[in-house]
Formats: sequence, C-alpha cells, structure tokens
Amino acid sequence: MSFISYLVSGLSLGSIYALIALGYTMVYGIAKMLNFAHGDIIMVGGYAAFLAMSASWCPIWLAMIISVTVCTVLGVVIEKVAYRPLRSAPPLAVLITAIGVSYLLQNIALLTQSATPKTFKSIAAGAPPFLLVFEGKAPLFFTKLSDSPYGGESPVLTISMETFLAIVVSLVIMAALTLFINKTKAGKAMLACSEDRGAAQLMGINVNATISMTFAIGSALAAVAAMLMCSAYPLLSPTTGSMPGIKAFVAAVFGGIGSIPGAMIGGVLLGVIEQLSKAYISSQLSDAIVFLVLIVVLIIRPTGIMGKKISEKV
Amino acid sequence: MALLEIDKLEVYYGSINALKGISFNVERGEIIALIGANGAGKTTTLHTITGLLPAKKGSIKLDGHDITKAPAHRIVSMGMAHVPEGRRVFAQLTVYENLMLGAYTRKDKDEIAATLENVYYRFPRLKERLKQTAGTLSGGEQQMLAMGRALMSKPSIILMDEPSMGLSPLYVSEIFDIIQEINKAGTTVLLVEQNAKKALSIANRAYVLETGNIVLAGDASELMNNEQVKKAYLGE
Repeated sequence: MSFISYLVSGLSLGSIYALIALGYTMVYGIAKMLNFAHGDIIMVGGYAAFLAMSASWCPIWLAMIISVTVCTVLGVVIEKVAYRPLRSAPPLAVLITAIGVSYLLQNIALLTQSATPKTFKSIAAGAPPFLLVFEGKAPLFFTKLSDSPYGGESPVLTISMETFLAIVVSLVIMAALTLFINKTKAGKAMLACSEDRGAAQLMGINVNATISMTFAIGSALAAVAAMLMCSAYPLLSPTTGSMPGIKAFVAAVFGGIGSIPGAMIGGVLLGVIEQLSKAYISSQLSDAIVFLVLIVVLIIRPTGIMGKKISEKV
Repeated sequence: MALLEIDKLEVYYGSINALKGISFNVERGEIIALIGANGAGKTTTLHTITGLLPAKKGSIKLDGHDITKAPAHRIVSMGMAHVPEGRRVFAQLTVYENLMLGAYTRKDKDEIAATLENVYYRFPRLKERLKQTAGTLSGGEQQMLAMGRALMSKPSIILMDEPSMGLSPLYVSEIFDIIQEINKAGTTVLLVEQNAKKALSIANRAYVLETGNIVLAGDASELMNNEQVKKAYLGE
C-alpha cells in the first residue's frame, strides 16, 4: 500500500512538473530560447492567488482566475519588453536576459512580500480526501475520515484531494492543449513557427503574435501549476518557483526539449522518480538522483526520450 | 501599371551592401527571370520583396500599393506568394497540413477546397501522399509541395527561388513545365535561377544581377543570344 501511496504522490508531483515543463518546452520550440524566468512566474502565480484569497470577499474560484490572468499578462509583457527586442540577438544574450528577469521577479517579490514564507491556503481546503482505503473493507471516495462508517479505524492509504486534483487537472489541460495544437489553425501556426519561422511568415503567419500566444499559454499553465503545487506544499516564498522551475526544465530536457508529449512524459517520470527515491533511497539524495537520471538519459539519448532525431535533408 | 515595381532598392547585411539600388518591373502575366552567380543578390532581392529582410532605401510596390515596410505575414494576403530556396516545407507536418498552412490567410472554406482541388490536379503526386510527413518526400516532391503550398494562398504573383536546385534533370523539366502551366493559368511569376538556360527558355524577360546591381536587362530570347550572357551564365 505504501508503494501505491508513493507512486500516486509521485504522479501528482510529476503532473505539476509536466505543466511547468510544457511552458519551457513550448517557448523553446517556438521562440528558440530558454525562459529561465518561467519558474518565477509560478511564484508570481502563487502570490497572486494567495493575496486574492486573503481578501475576505474573494472566493477561491475568483482567486484562481485572478492568478491565471496575472500570469498570462505577465508572461506576454515579459516577452514583449525583455525578449522581443533581442529576437535577432545571439542566444546567450537572451539567456542572460531571462536570468535577469528571473532575479528581477524574485527581488520584486522579496521587496513587496518579504522573505517570510506565507502559508498558502489550499484551493481544496475543507474538501474531503479523494480516497480512503481500509484493511479488508470497501474503499471510501470523497469521504472525510470523521464521517467514516468504520469507526475509529485508520486508513492504510489516503489520497488527498490536492493530490487527486493535481493529476486530474493536469490530464485535462494536457489533453486540451494537445487538441488545441493539433486541431486548430492557431495550433498549426505554432507548429509551423517552431519548425521554420521564416517559412511560417511566408504562409502569412504573424510570428510575433504566435510567440506572444505561446508565452500566454505557458504562463497560464504556470499559474495553474502554482496553485496546485502550493495547495500540496503550502509554503510560499519569493524563491518558491526556482526549484520546481529547474526540475521542470530538467523534465523538458529529459522528455526532449521542444516536444510537447516529451514534456508531459518527462514531467511525470521525474515526479515519480523523485518521490520513489525519497521513499526508498534517501530523501536528502532524491534531487541528486533525479539529476543523475537526467545525465544517464542524455548520455544514452542526447535528444531526450521523445526528442526528434536531428537530421537534415538537403 | 506594373504588378510589381521595384525602385532603387538598397539592402544591407550589417555593413555589407547586398543590393545597390536595383530597379525592375514585373508586368501582369509575365514570367520574369532573375539570373546571376552565387552571391549576386538574387535571394536577397526576393527576401526583401516578401518582407523577410528590411530595405534600407527604395520602394517596392505591389499592384500600386507600397509594401516596402509591410511585415511579411501581411504581404501574403495582398496576393504574393514565395517559394523559398531549399523548399522549406514543414518536414514534421503532413503534406495536407503543409498545403493548408499555405491557405492560412484565407477564410472561405469552399474557396480553399476549390484551390486544393486545383493543386491536386496540378500535382497528382501530392494527392497520393497527403498523410505522409513532408520530410519523407523526395527532393522533387518537396519542391512540388512548396509550390502547391504557395498556390494555396491564391496569389496573383508567385516568387520562386531556385526551384531546380538539387533536382534530377527529369524533375527539373517537370518543375519548369509546371511553372509555365501555373503562369498560363494566370499567375505572374518572378523566377530566380542559377540554371540560366532553363530560366531563359521559359521567361518573357530577364534581368542579370551582378554583385548587387542589375547589369543587363531585356527579352529572354535576346539575352539568350547575348555574348556576355552566353559566356558567363550559359557556359557556351
């Protein structure tokens, strides 16, 4: 039972990584840049939701909308102000700018929100756990332990609402995103831009608008990830986004940077590896193990799991 | 009024002066060839016309409208299509998806379907390979796809950059036949070619570019017999 519990929490954490990794991989695929400020968008999303929820008049659903909106706008503005002027600059200049934006966001948060971590109120606060499993009895769905018909017996497996929500919400979003990219005209334009920006322009595709849209989608996903993550791990600080940002970047590279299914698979695998190594090997070494796995994967398959073979036909 | 008017066009790559003030016209219904050696500025000319490169000086007019400063994506909907050098089909997308991206600026589904039928008619081989990804096509088929994709925007003028490059002689003849057919069906063609002989054989008029300048202009048949052209470009 404990294995299932670790596996589920790994899947849940991995789904959150996947949502963040999607932002990295889409932006890399289309704008050909590593947006190292992406992790800090998560942090901003967390604070936006936190501040909105602290207002007594603001219901949770509205706080969620506010957080997604703030991040979407922020992503588009960052692209326009910081990255667009560097569209034809060397990649290193763009990379350094992204790191600069990352520090800027962290320090603005530090100035306005202080370094003291805030306790994030779960978006599923007060909701019953998704699943309770008892030894030899029928499992209970959406039932509080206090309402359990089995008296004071403690469950052998608990899957919290937060864990469940992270998986379900991520699955729905990934399915919707896949449909959007493969079935709509705007999605096809994104694919065209990621393959050949110049040729895409010759089709009449507005590349700048497409890049803006990519940043908007990636940042909106980051806001969703922020709320799911802060609900499961409720401490919010100005550096909250850094580690998940780096892990999600690893997940994107792991899956094959630029590949959307790759980011999903990479994210989920990374979460599972992390949680299982925490449980069975060492909680201190878990991050080291995650990065070790990345190194091994890249040695065996330099383009990542789903990475495209780099071949050119002349 | 000419369909495409280029007036004293100057283009720079950084500090390198790639086009030194060239002027030429393309009349409606013509096939115009732009010939010249590697590095003469042929591709630069096409890229500047379609907005992929900025012009430093001079003007480009399409059907009387100044498009010198218009962004590339807007120029497509004004009736100009560009088949780029090296085809640049979207290798990961299917043949059908590539063709539909060609119609990106158009809205009317019925009209798009009609153009698609027309493209199938002209390139039956593409129709057989609709579900295949473009990267798996042969070079000649990719050239056909790039041309079909350009036709999907229903252009009044089509710019073609080295359509014969890297193709077997059999394909080259086929491609040139198709260019003539496209032209006969009413589309004006501006053709850039290193294969000067082939280009001059189907063009009405031609311009010869040398290091950013137009050094010769005239009827294609005249240029074909010009001693200078014969020596430098026709290998005679």
